[in-house]
Amino acid sequence: MRYTLKVNGRTHAVDVDSDTPLLWVLRDSLDLKGTKFGCGAALCGACTIHLDGAPVRSCVVPIAAVGKSAVTTIEGIGSTPIGARLQKAWLAVDVVQCGYCQAGQIMSAAALLARNKAPDDADIVAAMDGNLCRCATYMRIRDAIKQAAKDEFGSAAAQKKA
Amino acid sequence: MMQDRISPALSVPSAAPPTGLASRRDVLKASAAAGGLLLSFSLPGLAKAAAMAQAPEGGTALTAYVRIAPDDTVTILSKNPEIGQGIKTMLPMLIAEELDVDWSQVRTEQAPLDPALYERQFAGGSMATPLNWEPMRKVGAAARQMLVAAARRGWDVPESECETASGRVRHLPSGRSLSYGALAAQAATLPVPDLDSVKLKDPRDFKIIGHSIPGVDSPLVVKGHPLFGIDTVVPGMLYAVFQKCPVFGGKVVDANLDVIRKLPGVRHAFVVKGGTALNGLLPGVAIVADSWWRAEKARGKLAVTWDEGATRQQSSAGFAREAAELGKKAPAHRLRDDGNVAAALKGAARVVEAAYAYPFLAHAALEPMNCTAHVRGDKVEIWAPTQNPEPGRTLVAQTLGLDEKNITVHMTRCGGGFGRRLANDYMVEAAWVAKVAGAPVKLVWNRTDDLQHDFYRPAGWHFLKGGLDAEGRLVAWQQHFVSFGENGNFASSAGLASDAYPAGRVPNLSYGASLMQLGVPTGPLRAPGDNALAFVFQSFIDELAHAAGKDPLKFQLELLGQSELLPGRGAGFDTGRARAVLEKVREVSGWGTRSLPARTGLGVAFYYSHLGYFAEVVEASAAADGQVTVHKVWAVGDIGSQIINPTAALNMVQGGILDGLGAALNQKITIEKGRVVEANFDGFAPLRMSQAAPVEVHFLTTNHPPTGLGEPPLPPSIPALCNALFAATGRRIRELPIDSALLKT
Repeated sequence: MRYTLKVNGRTHAVDVDSDTPLLWVLRDSLDLKGTKFGCGAALCGACTIHLDGAPVRSCVVPIAAVGKSAVTTIEGIGSTPIGARLQKAWLAVDVVQCGYCQAGQIMSAAALLARNKAPDDADIVAAMDGNLCRCATYMRIRDAIKQAAKDEFGSAAAQKKA
Repeated sequence: MMQDRISPALSVPSAAPPTGLASRRDVLKASAAAGGLLLSFSLPGLAKAAAMAQAPEGGTALTAYVRIAPDDTVTILSKNPEIGQGIKTMLPMLIAEELDVDWSQVRTEQAPLDPALYERQFAGGSMATPLNWEPMRKVGAAARQMLVAAARRGWDVPESECETASGRVRHLPSGRSLSYGALAAQAATLPVPDLDSVKLKDPRDFKIIGHSIPGVDSPLVVKGHPLFGIDTVVPGMLYAVFQKCPVFGGKVVDANLDVIRKLPGVRHAFVVKGGTALNGLLPGVAIVADSWWRAEKARGKLAVTWDEGATRQQSSAGFAREAAELGKKAPAHRLRDDGNVAAALKGAARVVEAAYAYPFLAHAALEPMNCTAHVRGDKVEIWAPTQNPEPGRTLVAQTLGLDEKNITVHMTRCGGGFGRRLANDYMVEAAWVAKVAGAPVKLVWNRTDDLQHDFYRPAGWHFLKGGLDAEGRLVAWQQHFVSFGENGNFASSAGLASDAYPAGRVPNLSYGASLMQLGVPTGPLRAPGDNALAFVFQSFIDELAHAAGKDPLKFQLELLGQSELLPGRGAGFDTGRARAVLEKVREVSGWGTRSLPARTGLGVAFYYSHLGYFAEVVEASAAADGQVTVHKVWAVGDIGSQIINPTAALNMVQGGILDGLGAALNQKITIEKGRVVEANFDGFAPLRMSQAAPVEVHFLTTNHPPTGLGEPPLPPSIPALCNALFAATGRRIRELPIDSALLKT
């Protein structure tokens, strides 16, 4: 089946079976390897992407269900202000150990900050508990999300003053 | 006699790096090096520097580890695989420090697999620091000396008038200076200095070591760049899945290959006869397709008739029953007998008896096992996320009947390792499938493959008696360990060292073992041996402390006694270092000084694991329904004189402790009818953020060689949690994972 997909602002045509999970279309048809395979059952969050801004586990979304929705992946999230701030915070806090889960973590965090500019610990846990980090970098993930949120407030405050 | 036969095997699980999966010789070599033979560590990479000097890319190669470009960019190669432990940052830091360059000049690169140049290249056993602390600094110092010599020649000045800093050589009297980039070509023609002659910096002059350097690949990780094995792309590549018998050691009788071959995208479907070694190529059915999803989907239609074999009779419940029976008898093998335990127990004022048990565990690295292979004639090219590439290459060579020299292994970044990727079963599978398919093939396991075909942390059962005298001193210890093995040898990572503490501190002590036959493959999981034994030893000591009516931390200090070096790994077990971490954790945790809410308690434990000393206090509570909450962990570590990269060290300690807590709270692998029941992260649950307590970390700096952090923080976390739950509820956890029903009000 032929499908037209909008990924990170670009339109792609792919020819895959209708039940192919979006994860594998991204990874193997479009060569966007940042979205990771971890469990194939929406249990680990490594494959988290955004569909029209909402976080979804791409390993359980068949290509046929994507429709006209805009897909954003880790390769594209840095073009958004929230994504860029999160990537910067992730490096400033030095979150990464093995790094395999971190794309999914950042995508879940970006969706969180898009709807909640100042999440507290409980908000962060609620948004991030579906994302496993086998290296258990959770303390730093929490810190990085808070730092990215603070950056946002900082710039908003600066704008108000100006 | 049996003691003699069993003892050597006992040290293997603790020796760690390639335990049970590599040769015994390798293990001994690694242990010997850790024991103080570092000066004799050879660096063939330096000897071959001249041959490498013509390296075309990235500037001039001074040695196999260092290249310098005309623009002063310094490329430093990291010899070992990166599995998240931060090695690709840490090893180059050691070289860069003594090379005397600024970190901003440095690029790091994964070295190719070439043991002739780099010696053993592996990630395991927290060995990278002890094995490389001095050699890698010498590598840097030698390259620096070559650059200084090149500058002196040009200037015709004595060495004493030259100094280096920030990648430049300066002639002090004249003020002239040259950058390393300008000197590299000349330096590369000079002989490599004798390593024993190079001078190393005074640690007080360190500018890179001891300073936090963020992970070198992290900027690419957060943008989703393809760094991992599973991201490998080779032109013309096909995708494979490999279905093995769910029962370990089972063989293929028949499969509906005709049906599979007709499915969309399937290019090949075939039976792999395989062998019987559980860490080699096993029997199974390979499906090769034009996409991984199509191969995986075709597997859903696969029907295989298996000859399941003898392991079908084995189960976790069956082992537990057998262990309980064996536990009533005398141990089949005596490991240690000090004093007269029977008499001491008889004469004790108080005897405590307990049985402890822990389950099989999987590694569950988040990147599933995968490997890409391309076989062309008698040559093989492999891209693998592996902790242990060299034995992998040997396995491929032996299985495919090829010369190792014709096999190239590219080490990719690994999405976690935890010991799983010390075995290279997936590597040989990929190579075999690629050979039969006649095309480059990427083999990717799904999560069920990963959880059901692991080399598990072995389950174990311990039957203990402890005796206290009238003053509450520990005078007798009797331990019967029911484990797995054959012919008097423990299965991989299923051992107990005869010198394990508290041996040497209890006058009457006996360790014995009985072994059950096991058809399930076992292997090292992060802190192998210790990740289970710490729970048993440190929990039972806590029980005895309470029975003696003493504060558990004080009881531990009394038992450790005076500073002394007892037999043990590396230089031995230093009771003084253990005391010091315990005393420090007492201070930082506020032990004994804080009032806690109801059903909340503090627990303490320590362990000497993989050359590192850690003491930890856990604050935990149990709700009325038994639900456990960990509120905080305090950890104090002594890993010697230097924390090389503080940010990575802190991350590793926090991760290791939370890993241990996750295992204690959530995890078990269940064997039924010779196969694993758990199939995904719903059944086998790594710790999630909601369970991740803050971990406060302190290091003691001591005058001992620096050592690694992959393993040492983990073992004490489990007994510290269980001891905290006892303090909170009065209920003793003697079996893992923690059953919250036992903690209900």
